[in-house]
Amino acid sequence: MTASTTSSPAPAAAAGPRAPTRRNAELALLLFAMGVVTVYAAAVEYGVNHHLGRFWLLPLLLTLVFLAMHLAVRFLAPYADPAIVPAVALLNGLGVVFLRRIDLDPKMPDLDYHPNLVDFGGIAFKQLIWTVAAVIVATVALVVVRDHRTLSRYAYTLGFTGLVLMMIPAILPASLSEVNGAKLWIRFGGFFQIQPGEFAKILVLSFFAYYLVRKREVLSLASRRVLGVDFPRGRDLGPVLMVWGVSLLVLVFEKDLGTSLLYFGMFVVTLYIATERVSWLIIGLLLFFGGAFAAYLLGAAVGGPFANFYGRVGVWLHPFDDPNRSGYQLVQSLLGLGTGGLFGSGPGAGFPDQVPAVYNDFIFAGLGEEIGLFGLTALLMVYLVIAERGLRAAIAVRDSFGKLMAGGLAFTLALQVFVIVGGVTKLIPLTGQTTPFLSAGGSSLMANWLLIALLLRVSDASRRPAGGVTASGAAPVKLAGLATEVMR
Amino acid sequence: MPEELVLTVARIGFLVLLWIFVFTVVGVIRRDLFAGVRSRLVAAPRRVGAVAPGAAAAAKVRKGRAAHQLVVTAGALAGTKITLGEQPITIGRAEDSTLVITDDYASARHARLVPRSGQWLLEDLGSTNGTYLDRAKVSGPTPVPLGVPIRIGRTALELRP
Repeated sequence: MTASTTSSPAPAAAAGPRAPTRRNAELALLLFAMGVVTVYAAAVEYGVNHHLGRFWLLPLLLTLVFLAMHLAVRFLAPYADPAIVPAVALLNGLGVVFLRRIDLDPKMPDLDYHPNLVDFGGIAFKQLIWTVAAVIVATVALVVVRDHRTLSRYAYTLGFTGLVLMMIPAILPASLSEVNGAKLWIRFGGFFQIQPGEFAKILVLSFFAYYLVRKREVLSLASRRVLGVDFPRGRDLGPVLMVWGVSLLVLVFEKDLGTSLLYFGMFVVTLYIATERVSWLIIGLLLFFGGAFAAYLLGAAVGGPFANFYGRVGVWLHPFDDPNRSGYQLVQSLLGLGTGGLFGSGPGAGFPDQVPAVYNDFIFAGLGEEIGLFGLTALLMVYLVIAERGLRAAIAVRDSFGKLMAGGLAFTLALQVFVIVGGVTKLIPLTGQTTPFLSAGGSSLMANWLLIALLLRVSDASRRPAGGVTASGAAPVKLAGLATEVMR
Repeated sequence: MPEELVLTVARIGFLVLLWIFVFTVVGVIRRDLFAGVRSRLVAAPRRVGAVAPGAAAAAKVRKGRAAHQLVVTAGALAGTKITLGEQPITIGRAEDSTLVITDDYASARHARLVPRSGQWLLEDLGSTNGTYLDRAKVSGPTPVPLGVPIRIGRTALELRP
């Protein structure tokens, strides 16, 4: 890593003290990450089959895919943070290899046995194809969005599209949108299905960022002081209450606490970043817990659309009351994690076949049994690094929109990890969220890589030396078209 | 028995490698996190040498410390750092400014920082509410010393080495 400060020639860099791009550090970290994935692949292959076979093939293909991503970053966002791509590639790679491990396991009950790597029935191969697609999506995003500030010009369009995408599954009939009790999907026939909410969160977030940049002065200046905390005026609360209502509707109609928590948390935190007021966090938490508690009581009293949520809370509170039916999944997950203990049973030596849906929602339980608390903590650290780099980009970038967007994106990623890992480990009621980058599933993988592409874009803008930005950035704005300045 | 040995080695080896990766990433980040702080405490010779020839001589006269960063210390953008090059820095609410400040007291094109023989000159661009260097209102191009706050509305900026 000593050669990492050498900067590759960048056209935008001015003469004089050239800021290091750190692309070589990224390359070295990426190769290291792929080394870790290769070792994991070998251990898995040996653990399941007791011979090594062609364990290197999958890591090699993954390495080629992520090297392509590295090259895209090198040319399209040369000053972006060096830690983000390797950290994401590690998680994505370990996820694919874990799915390969499930393919290899002849014991898996609801999946067929797929010993061959190139096999369209196997989930590992599917996930590899999705990874390629996700990297292409991220590259296209970097090509199209040359300056993140251009997004703010389409903010209303993006926000509206996001809301529509979020609502579609709630409106569609259950046969077209329901999978495992959650109405989150759009299904095209039996084979292909997408989860529009995954993309909607990014679109909605860019609208939040735009709206709050416009309103931040009003939101942070006009307030009433109650009990030593500044509370905003009622009319400024309007949009927050609206988003609160929408997220509760999502909760009710899509039977999904996780998504509503995600949207609501996203909005409250961007509000907090915009205004630097703790009161927003307090109001947000009170509203969310109040709403969730009310939904629980309604579920107990009237059932109907709230019954699913009531049932989930029941399983969360007392999983061992009915360990063979409603509590089965959570109980198996907890037993798996418990069997894994501190250091795990070893790659390939666990029993992921015991946990239903171990390849997507419960991948953390399946991994946890084999790599233990020690390994899971490392994975959580990698998530932490990604979120921290995102927040870092948010602090360093020069425009408010970029700050809010990057801060919101990084927080959303972290919150999603919290919601699913908390659910699997019985810290909070379980909700059907995907584990970013690890879970099997194309929508989640593509949406999260898109999120990473936007973070890379903001990070690139924040670390790029001044001078190059205006040349390649937004077109000059005509002075005559600007709003009149406020004078007080 | 060798079977179990191999499994144990694979299991422990993978975990150790995973953690080494985590610490390597943190190491790379750490350098990045403290890069600004370090260059403040230690006069970095590499950076001084990299300044354009004419400017380098002028900079060396002033105890070898030239400004390399513009840091926002107060206001909505607090924490933002701009690495200075050879280009002038424009400050204002206009979208195409180098530093776009969302501050109701700032004008669309508020002020400009221009590098001139190793120092940065601050110019007010006819703003409504004025630009201040510490407490003094800026009327013509004024050289900005390191660490002295430039005040624009509720925003404060500083040049750092």
